Amino acid sequence: MLDNILSILIFFPALAAILGFVVDKNSIRTYGVAVATIEFALSLLLWFFFDNSASGMQFMEHIALVPVFGINYIVGVDGISLFIIILAAFFTMIGIASLTDTKNVKNMIITLLFLQMTMVGVFASLDAIVFYVFWELSLVPMLYIIGAWGGPLRIYASVKFFLYTFAGSLVMLVGILVMAYLYYQTTGQWSFAILDWHRLVLPENYQLWLFVAFFFGFAIKVPMFPFHTWLPYAHGQAPTIGSVILAAILLKMGTYAFVRFSLPMFPDASVYFMFPIAILAIIMIIYTAMVAYAQKDIKQLVAYSSVSHMGVIILGTFALNIEGISGSIFLMIAHGVVSGALFFLVGVIYDRRNTKLMSEFGGLAHVMPRFATIFGIMIMASVGMPLTINFVGEFLSLLGFYQQSHILTIIAGIAIIVGAIYMLSAYKKMFFGKVTKEENKNLPDVNKRELIALVPLVIITIWLGIYPKPVLGPISNSVESLVSLMHEKAVTKEAKARIPNPSTLIIRTTAQEAY
Amino acid sequence: MLEPVNISLESLNLMTLAPMLVPIVGALLILIIDFFKSEQDRSLYVMLSLLILGIDFIFLIESAEIFTENGTIMGVFDVMLIDGLAILSQFIIVGASMLFIPLALSQKRFHEFSYPEFFALFLFMIGGFQFMVATDNLILIFVGLETASLALYTLIAMHNRDKSFEAAVKYFTMGALAAGFFSFGSMVFYALTGSIEINQIAQVLQANNYENIEFVLIGVVFMLASFGFKLSIVPFHTWAPDVYEGSSAAMAGYMSIVPKIAAFVVAMRLFEFLIQSGIIWLEVILYALVVITMTMANIWALVQTDVKRMLAYSSISHAGFVMAAILIGTTQANSALFLYWILFSFTNLGSFSMLWISRQKNLPAGQSSDHSYNKFAGMVKTAPIAASIMALFMLSLAGLPPFALFWGKMYMISSAVTADFIVLALIMALNSAIAAYYYLKLIVYMFMKEPMKGSDGNVSVTNATLSLKTIIGFAAVGTIFAFLILNTLLEFITAFVYGSGY
Repeated sequence: MLDNILSILIFFPALAAILGFVVDKNSIRTYGVAVATIEFALSLLLWFFFDNSASGMQFMEHIALVPVFGINYIVGVDGISLFIIILAAFFTMIGIASLTDTKNVKNMIITLLFLQMTMVGVFASLDAIVFYVFWELSLVPMLYIIGAWGGPLRIYASVKFFLYTFAGSLVMLVGILVMAYLYYQTTGQWSFAILDWHRLVLPENYQLWLFVAFFFGFAIKVPMFPFHTWLPYAHGQAPTIGSVILAAILLKMGTYAFVRFSLPMFPDASVYFMFPIAILAIIMIIYTAMVAYAQKDIKQLVAYSSVSHMGVIILGTFALNIEGISGSIFLMIAHGVVSGALFFLVGVIYDRRNTKLMSEFGGLAHVMPRFATIFGIMIMASVGMPLTINFVGEFLSLLGFYQQSHILTIIAGIAIIVGAIYMLSAYKKMFFGKVTKEENKNLPDVNKRELIALVPLVIITIWLGIYPKPVLGPISNSVESLVSLMHEKAVTKEAKARIPNPSTLIIRTTAQEAY
Repeated sequence: MLEPVNISLESLNLMTLAPMLVPIVGALLILIIDFFKSEQDRSLYVMLSLLILGIDFIFLIESAEIFTENGTIMGVFDVMLIDGLAILSQFIIVGASMLFIPLALSQKRFHEFSYPEFFALFLFMIGGFQFMVATDNLILIFVGLETASLALYTLIAMHNRDKSFEAAVKYFTMGALAAGFFSFGSMVFYALTGSIEINQIAQVLQANNYENIEFVLIGVVFMLASFGFKLSIVPFHTWAPDVYEGSSAAMAGYMSIVPKIAAFVVAMRLFEFLIQSGIIWLEVILYALVVITMTMANIWALVQTDVKRMLAYSSISHAGFVMAAILIGTTQANSALFLYWILFSFTNLGSFSMLWISRQKNLPAGQSSDHSYNKFAGMVKTAPIAASIMALFMLSLAGLPPFALFWGKMYMISSAVTADFIVLALIMALNSAIAAYYYLKLIVYMFMKEPMKGSDGNVSVTNATLSLKTIIGFAAVGTIFAFLILNTLLEFITAFVYGSGY
């Protein structure tokens, strides 16, 4: 039965969405919650049967699609993708459960279920073309969510989001096709299977060009500085649920793709571009933090802070060692939980006041104590306070990069600490002091429906902050094999030196223990 | 005293003529029926044409079987050439025609379909196109081309609107000019080589090592201009948007597919040996034409206010995209051309049919053209299924996976990559991104804007009947599930293209 669990996970929401057209619009919310809960339960089942000690792909499926051109439907999970899939299922569930009253709620829920299919598909597929299919398809539901339920500038924002990412992905498609052709030249047969590509050793100059082609697709999705301009618009105009899914899951596609494609396929190019990308990441951390500080709109502030933290993920990924990459993957999950929660919280206050300007608030802690508490916990998690989920990821990412460059890591570390300023001052403006506005005096505190979404997020934030091992263990297992693959494949001397060989590390530690 | 010429009937291979003769005989049959019993309903002629095309299709399947066994066949004094390209393109021509002809059974009665002559001309046109692709004799190509084109001009004019007369005359004038260019180009090649058969022209030019290169180039220029008009390659495209606007939406969709595949096949036969002979000049010219056609048509399409004109420019851009296959010239590229065009015919005919079902009899007040963007505003609220299907076709045209045209685009770009045209591949990819904007514009209108005041919701499906819906459903299913038949299609096409030596 578990042989097909990944296909079930991918296509169950899509099937449910098609059947959802029949469901009456008064019952559609219950239907959506039920479907998303089943999906989440299935994803937990996946985790339950996941072999934590294995580092390779599990639950693999293989169906030939276009064998003459080497396109196959291949899916599988390892420690890197498992938790992002669970996160996607989880966020869709609480997203639908806490959905506030929207017009055309039926269209919204059907769209969300289609979106879930594409999200799980991206993280599960192990064939470049199938990956690309889900990657591109995920744009359509998001386009509709932003464009139909968004703010006044929604059409501009949604079209910009679509075209920007679409253009980047097309460059990536050319890269995919070149990669397949190189594989064909070397082995004599067409294949788009990522695991086949992982075994292909490329000369350095090919690696550089292909890395750049893939980089366009991924960097726009992340979004990395200077390709980030679509994101504030998309977040600013999107409805709460759109922002939550965008920040929690869709942005992770880019960083995940770096780990899945760029690093193992182009290890030399990764080393070659390590410092330029690290510098971009640090600019991203500092610059977007400064922009965030200047925002008057709380949602824009959360959006920019989300971009800023994506910089840390990139930094950790390009540390190219076990600590850095594991940390960055853990941070992807942490960032998903925390920034998703922050967008939920902004949505809560927006529903009550229909404004997102911070100057409209003040002293909310008196009126909405529970809301203020949860917001406070999430702000703390976002700035990376120890014992919260973000701390683990940020610490490991920086630790990893410290081995590559002390200076850059110190700059990044200081930037993260200084970044706390804008978050805390925003919190001060909104929650402390006296209640100045008449409208704020009688705001109701968070209700049950909102607590359904927020309480699990708070629990996860603290639980994984204190005890990250259940998640971190499988991740570092898979990352270890990834790093050793990169070390073996590296062609240039510099890359061999920069990418540590995990097996020697292990021998060293055991020897120390014995001593 | 002259020797009596003895030719056995078998050596003529008269069976090679069978697929072309079917529509011609069918057309005559329709004229005879009209002669004896006029004033029949259009449904009779539609179904009759469909049956005739069905027979044609079966003959094509048979000749495909013969081709797989025996390879290329020549017939009728080696004038007919039934190779893989001929068979593949005839499949597209007849298949697309079968999808087109039921569109005549629309809810509103339009002038042209009440005439049996319309259907007779339509079948003559198909016969003409079939002759055009199944020969490498320049004279027969010319005869086929002109038979088909003259029939097509008339079909457009029969729509009986002021704009359609204008369109027909415009198309006729441009077509006549193109025909002149074609005959002049053929004359140059005949003067150079003493032959009007493309393969012999190639051999003779090869044998004398292209010594009269300047005359070859003159011939090529005239040929290029002639096919530029037929394929609406920029800068020979100016007629296309006006003609598409003037003809009915169904006819416009048909024109974007069938005449072009016929012209592509001839262009493939003529230009590929010239490019491979190493005439750099021709390669540069074609490269420029491909890039300019894709890019400029996309940019013009961005600023259109009428969906049909937008689709006209988009068809030009797609033609430019596919023209790249002739520049690249590998087996993979030529297979990609056919794959692309099969998938394109589904999608494009589907999207033009969606315009066709929203066609009102007369232009209502406050609407500047038949298919302005405003007409489709808020369509998801009034006709959600129609809006979703239209969006599906738009996404497929934009090349969004997993819909039909993505696979064509992917294979075409891959063939460019494989043949070391990396820059061209990037240009093709980025053009798809530009194109996505104007396809999205329609989706934005349909899904994200409020309906126009006073729109009762029936506007978008006012012309729908069961037969139109069937065709659209067929196209939609083909667009979504293209990936399932892709492997079979690719194997089939590659075998046929490879088997005919391209």
